[in-house]
Amino acid sequence: MADDHVAYGGFHNAAENRHLLLPSLHAVQDSIGFVSHGALNYISERIPVAPAEAYGVATFYDLIATEPTPARVARVCDDIVCTAAGGDQLISTLEAEIGPEGAPNGEGMWVRSPCLGHCEKGSAAFIQRAGETALTIAPVTAEVVASVLDGTHETPESPRLYTPSFDALVKARTMGATAVRNEVTVSGIRGRGGAAFPAGIKWDGVADASGDAKYVVCNADESEPGTFKDRWLIETNPFVLLEGIAIAALAVGATKAYIYIRGEYREAENVLEAALEATGSDFGVDIEIRRGAGAYICGEETALFNSIEGFRGQPRQKPPFPTQSGLFGSPTLINNVETFAAIPGIIRDGGDSFARLGTKESTGLKLFCVSGKVAKPGVYQVEFGVTTRELINLAGGAVGELRAVLTGGAAGSFLTEAQLDVPLTFEDGRDAGVSLGSGAIMAFNTEVDMGAITHRIAEFFADESCGLCVPCRVGTSQQLEIVGRIRSGTDTQTDYDNLDAVGWVMRDASICGLGHTAANAIESAIRIGLIGGDS
Amino acid sequence: MLGAGGGTSSYKEMETTDLIVLWGSNARNAHPIFFHRITKGIRNGAKMYTVDPRRSESAEWADTWLGIDVGSDIALSNTVAREIIHAGLVNAEFIQHSTSGFDAYAESVETWTLERGEEITGVPAEAIRALAHDYAKAPTAQLCWTLGITEHATGTDNVLSLINLALLTGHVGRWGSGLVPIRGQNNVQGGGDMGALPNKFPGFQDVTDRNARAKFEAAWDSPVPAEPGWHIAEMIDAMDLGELTAMYVIGENPAQSEADVSRAIRLLDGLDHLVVQDIFLTKTAQMADVVFPAAAGWAETDGTVTSSERRVQRVRKALDPPGEAKDDNEIITMLANALGHDWEPRDAEAIWDELRSLSPMHAGMSYERLDALGGLQWPCPDDDHPGTPFLHGWLWEETLPREPAPFSIVEWMPPIDPLDDDFPIRLTTGRRLDSYNTGVQSGGYRSPIRADVVIDMTKEQAEDLGVEEREVVRVSSRRGSVEAPVRIVDGLRRGLVFMAFHAPDEVDVNQLTIDDWDPKSGTAEFKATAVRIESL
Amino acid sequence: MIESTLPEPRMVEITLNRTAVTAHADATILDVCRAQDLDVPTMCFLETLSPFNSCRLCVVEVAGSRTLVPACSRIVESGMEISTDSERITDARRTLYEFYASTVDLSLADAETKNWMSKYDVDPDRFGRYEPHRAVKIQDDLYIRDYDKCVMCYRCVAACGPDAQNTFAIDVAGRGLSSTISTEYDVTLPDSACVYCGNCIGVCPTGALMFKSEYDMREADTWDEGRQSITTTICSFCGVGCNLELHVQDNRVVKVTSPMDHDVTNGHLCIKGRFGYGYLQEEK
Repeated sequence: MADDHVAYGGFHNAAENRHLLLPSLHAVQDSIGFVSHGALNYISERIPVAPAEAYGVATFYDLIATEPTPARVARVCDDIVCTAAGGDQLISTLEAEIGPEGAPNGEGMWVRSPCLGHCEKGSAAFIQRAGETALTIAPVTAEVVASVLDGTHETPESPRLYTPSFDALVKARTMGATAVRNEVTVSGIRGRGGAAFPAGIKWDGVADASGDAKYVVCNADESEPGTFKDRWLIETNPFVLLEGIAIAALAVGATKAYIYIRGEYREAENVLEAALEATGSDFGVDIEIRRGAGAYICGEETALFNSIEGFRGQPRQKPPFPTQSGLFGSPTLINNVETFAAIPGIIRDGGDSFARLGTKESTGLKLFCVSGKVAKPGVYQVEFGVTTRELINLAGGAVGELRAVLTGGAAGSFLTEAQLDVPLTFEDGRDAGVSLGSGAIMAFNTEVDMGAITHRIAEFFADESCGLCVPCRVGTSQQLEIVGRIRSGTDTQTDYDNLDAVGWVMRDASICGLGHTAANAIESAIRIGLIGGDS
Repeated sequence: MLGAGGGTSSYKEMETTDLIVLWGSNARNAHPIFFHRITKGIRNGAKMYTVDPRRSESAEWADTWLGIDVGSDIALSNTVAREIIHAGLVNAEFIQHSTSGFDAYAESVETWTLERGEEITGVPAEAIRALAHDYAKAPTAQLCWTLGITEHATGTDNVLSLINLALLTGHVGRWGSGLVPIRGQNNVQGGGDMGALPNKFPGFQDVTDRNARAKFEAAWDSPVPAEPGWHIAEMIDAMDLGELTAMYVIGENPAQSEADVSRAIRLLDGLDHLVVQDIFLTKTAQMADVVFPAAAGWAETDGTVTSSERRVQRVRKALDPPGEAKDDNEIITMLANALGHDWEPRDAEAIWDELRSLSPMHAGMSYERLDALGGLQWPCPDDDHPGTPFLHGWLWEETLPREPAPFSIVEWMPPIDPLDDDFPIRLTTGRRLDSYNTGVQSGGYRSPIRADVVIDMTKEQAEDLGVEEREVVRVSSRRGSVEAPVRIVDGLRRGLVFMAFHAPDEVDVNQLTIDDWDPKSGTAEFKATAVRIESL
Repeated sequence: MIESTLPEPRMVEITLNRTAVTAHADATILDVCRAQDLDVPTMCFLETLSPFNSCRLCVVEVAGSRTLVPACSRIVESGMEISTDSERITDARRTLYEFYASTVDLSLADAETKNWMSKYDVDPDRFGRYEPHRAVKIQDDLYIRDYDKCVMCYRCVAACGPDAQNTFAIDVAGRGLSSTISTEYDVTLPDSACVYCGNCIGVCPTGALMFKSEYDMREADTWDEGRQSITTTICSFCGVGCNLELHVQDNRVVKVTSPMDHDVTNGHLCIKGRFGYGYLQEEK
């Protein structure tokens, strides 16, 4: 038997297959509710990858369980917006009626979750179900959670899609790559994910980089608390995103693109899948959807690459930057959903018409997620230049007496009274210390326990720190301990001195943006007296 | 090869080469630190082929594993050669300029079509073709082997057939391209360097060379026989013929390590006088008339050894030897004086300096330089010479300073121990990661991963035999039989079983092996034994 | 026909602590500092492994960079202005050592760590000194693992994995402060892919991983480095020529290491080199 006399495989083959690890773990998790030792060994042999490495990857993610777990797990958001909306009562009710967090109750179990990105709807829960599609329910009640856990909940149907035209993509093809990039540069658009890097420079960087393969990656790992615009965009208009990605691929010379979507956005993922199927084969770029698995850090671009590649979703030291060495070590264009979604309009109407909107440094329209104690929470598209106060008014104004506003998500900061009137542009925000971040604006009134909100933010970072670098791994946890003491009134002056040192070292010495920003909200909360002192 | 017997390359070249061919070697287990270099090379983009009857731990790293039938190495290399020639992939300029005998060689491999190669080796023609094309086309390539190539009755021809491939393609004499035999023991290379060969003085100077002989006779003030001596397999045969009646064995254990060990024991037993000098009271030592307890060369004495990249490095005394054990150097001096000579005691450095004065390739390797530079690679002819990272750069010089490198015509022969109805299964032997040779030394620590002595076979083979995992079976060859439990593994196939040879006191695998030896090197056919396996 | 020689290395001009310095274009800031005899603390970095960027102790200031920059992994660029001696750097490093002291038992940390901690006037109690509480993992006759002492520098993972041994018996499991070095599902080492090369132990900076021979002697209070000699010799178990450093106390080998700066091993060995000395001192 000649077959016994030859075998193909080896390191290169294994390396090429490594990116299948997370999808494989997802498949097992979806099917039986956790990744057993036997299943992990099977995956490890098939890829192949060492079992210890596969285990390291599996245990990195919240949505992958490596211990036997009930078939249905409700992940109930207790993050800041949901807490402000009465989520703490929901948690107490669940504790009373179903049992403690993480304790199996029949075939079900509930656990607390960081922000699920449905902040405009009230309390949210993400439900993992072995053998069935996962789903998000928002608003959610204790009764609904109970019905999900005992298997009696009925899943609503998916929305229908409209028929796209892709006229901007057609136009881009006639223009050619250089002209397309030129329009993007002229438009002045900056990345909408939080870092606000000029897209034109990035696109040129990838186009000019040397490399056989180039990739386009869409960052749809929207996990910043209080942020839900990308989910909204995908669910309401998936084709504009796909078209933007296709134009980008054309512009930088990529034939392969990935959309990395957060693991809790299963409905949005389904919409994207359906939209992708509808695009047909002459789209010019192979777009693949990759699902995250519950790790805020994977929104950081290099951590996202590692996650796609089948490694632990830990960030890489930059430089090199993704434009030179990104996904699979190749030049990579990575932008946020909202950025790609703006591209078809820029191509259709011209970069200069985009640039006429907004301000000189902050061109175009911007989506803001207004949530919390406002009358009409939701996604608001406005021209750059409006102030926070105007946006809150746009959302129907504050409910009750406005106590605090947090912009930019957990990585942002609480505004002072004066900062409420600063135009939300990159330049004004930078000068006045107002973080636009991902476009989250969360309003809290005097009825909200700001100690609980601040503590939840500290908890969020301690939970979500990947643990790679010491300043963030230990700093986020020290920050949580100190905030705990401040909140309970057992603090001393030393705690404030130490918190200051913790903030400095995280900001100065951490490897990535998570650590750099982990102290922002806490420090601003103390500065404006939301916790500590006389609050 | 091509003159002085040593690997042509530095380990470091593995890191940047484009293609690695690992032929008859499970370096991952037998040479783990060398394999670190291979993994670096692979991570840097090198492609790897392994040629090995077993799909070993090393083969798992290979892009392609060619699982040849035991003893068909020359069939494969000749087939590869013919394919390179017929595909027009030879390095014609190199062959023309730097080699001789190509036409006759090309003629000699002409019958080795891919189809015939597949028939004899078992490897699909497509895989042989791919190896040929990739090896020939690679900008640089390293061809590495170990005992899977040499421990055959055709061991020397096996090596020559690989050298032919390098000459066809110009994969020798350049940084990144070379021929790399990795040695089984820490001073196999050094033993050769020092003239522990029947036909060589130190530094690979020929005993038949009148000038060389005169130089050594003058230095040693003693005549040296002009005829080459015997290698070990010839000694065994000479014992059988009664031509050899006394033996002084230093650091060898032929009563356990020789192939067809029953015969070896019988012949040792029949000697008039046997002297053994060893760090252990080995089975051979137990048969001796006189035993000299020796110090462990690598930890209890000073000296040098030479590695597989021709790097001479110092060994240093870290421990006092136990009891009456002494440095080999001291024992030999005492023995010489007891025989009536008047030898002054000399330390290792003094002896080394004498060697440097007689062996030009070692002349520049003072202890001081060896210490400062972490060893030197020969040839190193003077005190300013940096050592030689790779050999045979002369092949690429505009005007060749020496005769061009000759192709060798090598014919394939089937293994000496044929398979038939009585002995239908091929047994091959080898090392495990945590053990070494006859296990005397590696038995001294408690390895958590040490496997009991087992006979490895595939599930299918076990089913054919009607035996089960852990069942003790009898393994018989034409020479003897042993008993061992079955272990089910991947990486073998029907008709091919494997045993390690590390625990001869428990299971003496060399009761089975055949002692027909390679007339050119004296190495016995350890790797290809015909056996029968039966339930007890 | 002869292969061309290697190209001359490209050089760049940089400023280091306000002094002009010429450096190899592919050197890291750390390389340059060390070449200038400017010591920089490290924990996760090791010359023979790829930078892992975990400890952040080597951070320095680079003009134009918003945050501090890790010296171990940042390649110098022409015109780069680097300073290594500002208060901002000292503060960061001090806090990082204090973070370690609050999360790890540093009692067996290497001398370099202890020297820096004293130099920076580190207060190990600032964030609450760590109380060891985990059981030492002893699962065979060769290794012990004491994760109370683990600083999560990932050196062992790199040595077991891509940078040397490529066995991948261990990796980081979990996330954040609760992440640990682990086999899959925390199976014992003998049940894992471990091949007992000891290279993880060889690179551990804090004594979290230790040869059992050393651990047993420490437990018995007989371990005495003052009475130990270290002799470099060559391993006898194959023909590769690995350099062994035999640590000898009272004419017994008590530990085997390999020099990091030797080209053959880069500090790494296999099970036979690490442990094969046993037969020299079997009680007969």
